[in-house]
Amino acid sequence: MTIIVLIKQVPDTETKVRITGDKKGIETNDIKWVINPYDEFAIEEGLKTKERLKEGTVTVVTVGPDRTVEALRTAVAMGADNAIHVKAEGTLDTYLVSKALAEVCKKENGQIIFTGKQAIDDDQAATFAYVAELLDYPSATVIVKCDISADKTKATLEQEADSGAKNIIETSLPAVIGVNKGINTPRYASLPGIMKAKKKEIKTYTLNDLGLGAETARAIDTDYQLPPERAAGKKLSGDIPTQVKELVRLLREEAKVI
Amino acid sequence: MLNFSLSDEQTALRDMVRKFVQQEIIPNAAKYDETGEFPREIINKAWEAGLMNINIPEKFGGMGLGVLSDVIINEEMGAGCLGITTSIAVNTLGLYPIILGGTDAQIEEFAVPFLSSPKLCSFCLTEPGAGSDAGSLSTMATEEGDHFILNGSKMWITNAGHADLFTVFCTTNKELKTKGIICLAVPANLPGISFGKHENKLGQRCSDTRAINFDNVKVPKKNLIGKIGEGFKIAMRTLDRTRTPIAAGAVGAARAAMTYSKNYAKERKQFGQPIANFQAIQFMLADMAVKIESARLLCYNSGWLIDNGQIEQGGYFSALAKRHAADMAMEVATDAVQIYGGYGYTKEYPVEKIMRDVKLVQIYEGTSQIQRIVIARHLLKD
Repeated sequence: MTIIVLIKQVPDTETKVRITGDKKGIETNDIKWVINPYDEFAIEEGLKTKERLKEGTVTVVTVGPDRTVEALRTAVAMGADNAIHVKAEGTLDTYLVSKALAEVCKKENGQIIFTGKQAIDDDQAATFAYVAELLDYPSATVIVKCDISADKTKATLEQEADSGAKNIIETSLPAVIGVNKGINTPRYASLPGIMKAKKKEIKTYTLNDLGLGAETARAIDTDYQLPPERAAGKKLSGDIPTQVKELVRLLREEAKVI
Repeated sequence: MLNFSLSDEQTALRDMVRKFVQQEIIPNAAKYDETGEFPREIINKAWEAGLMNINIPEKFGGMGLGVLSDVIINEEMGAGCLGITTSIAVNTLGLYPIILGGTDAQIEEFAVPFLSSPKLCSFCLTEPGAGSDAGSLSTMATEEGDHFILNGSKMWITNAGHADLFTVFCTTNKELKTKGIICLAVPANLPGISFGKHENKLGQRCSDTRAINFDNVKVPKKNLIGKIGEGFKIAMRTLDRTRTPIAAGAVGAARAAMTYSKNYAKERKQFGQPIANFQAIQFMLADMAVKIESARLLCYNSGWLIDNGQIEQGGYFSALAKRHAADMAMEVATDAVQIYGGYGYTKEYPVEKIMRDVKLVQIYEGTSQIQRIVIARHLLKD
């Protein structure tokens, strides 16, 4: 059984983001790149699934420039069996990345495909669905539990709904599963794993190899802006009942949180 | 060719340990310091991540890693908590005598089991009456048929209360001085072994430190590591390889102290501006940086020399590293508390703990005074 995990390399969450002079992107020179945290849960779920089923292989795939190979090596150090790098420079968007990932999933005959529910840099939260659509597979996201049936034809999923409720979803396999934090606790890349990962052969495809040489990104970012400066807090006045009334009004009409 | 960069694997190792420290050690350090309880859970997690016993040779299924890797691991862990670092790292110290002086069969019997479960091994050299003067140790090993009968006491033994195995340095004949010393692998379950209390220390408080008493402990002769009279040399060869990682731990702790005080200085305002604007503070921070960078380089240099077979030069550099790292870490931590002012003097802020923790590095694994003697001896040789 081939378990595939789709991962993305993103800037570390602690990064001090700086926008480029032309405002069309962010400065990448000093960035510390890491595996998208939600994809770490996906890698762990892939590894756990293989352990539970006592069979199968875990293949990690990523799309991007050469620096993304490091993310693959970390996944291998965690225990992934195989790693595939789709080498792609220049502008990438969800469409182009999903096209490439779907082609790889087809080639590798992925029976269950895990990925994080979203990437923490652009928060698109769309790749899981895009890849599933291109493959004509069912998909579900915000999953916190995944049980594969003994005959490996179905999976029973727990999806986190608002207010703490859980939706139970049954899906046939193959399927694409977007996982959420809480599904597991990702293991550390072990020291022996790190040493072995260095020697692991990583399969590389170009977009051309996948028949996508003519494809380009369809959604281009045209302008980046830093978030507005945090405004000073509001101080409410008057007696307590008056303050409470005003606070409730502000929370409902301005902050729109109730 | 001179190359100051870490390899890809060394960088991956450093990043992995940093992450482990961030998630497992830093959130728990203050708690373990306060209660002094043994950080067993964290040790187990470090073992699962493959961070322990890295010196067991590859041919026995171990990682076969050397001093430089040990240095990288220890610096990162030291930046989290020295007490927890000591608890995790001291296995390397305990197992080195077996790895350096033991036969393949002995490595198989005593060291290899550490690869299948998170066992602990303590290095037993120091005694109540033999600290810097380790060669004058008195624990007696008397030959009796197929056994050595062990009698005596050891002091300040790390992880003593939790160890599965002890590597014990004892003498067969005090008159032969260091030439009478042997090394024995002593399983903790042998009858006659008892422990003192978990010492209530100034710093590295969660590190289990105890006296051990050996009362007619029957140790099989096959547990003799190396030959009679070789014991002291085995101890010295071990310390040559562990001195530098210990120094690296101090580098990590100092680095943490500098980072904390730098961040505090940017936030704390007095006289209408952040205290980071004042030269007095800036000079302290600058001096911290010089000390930390230079100490780290000495550790890397020493590690590289030893890993590349230049043991004598590497040993000399390990004395330089230990003497500098320990002393500078104490200075850096003290200055960090100073930068924090009154707040730094309380347990609410992390720097007073670092100061208490690093003090011990000036004392164990060879005091800073002993390091100076070793360095001077080397210099005055020719």
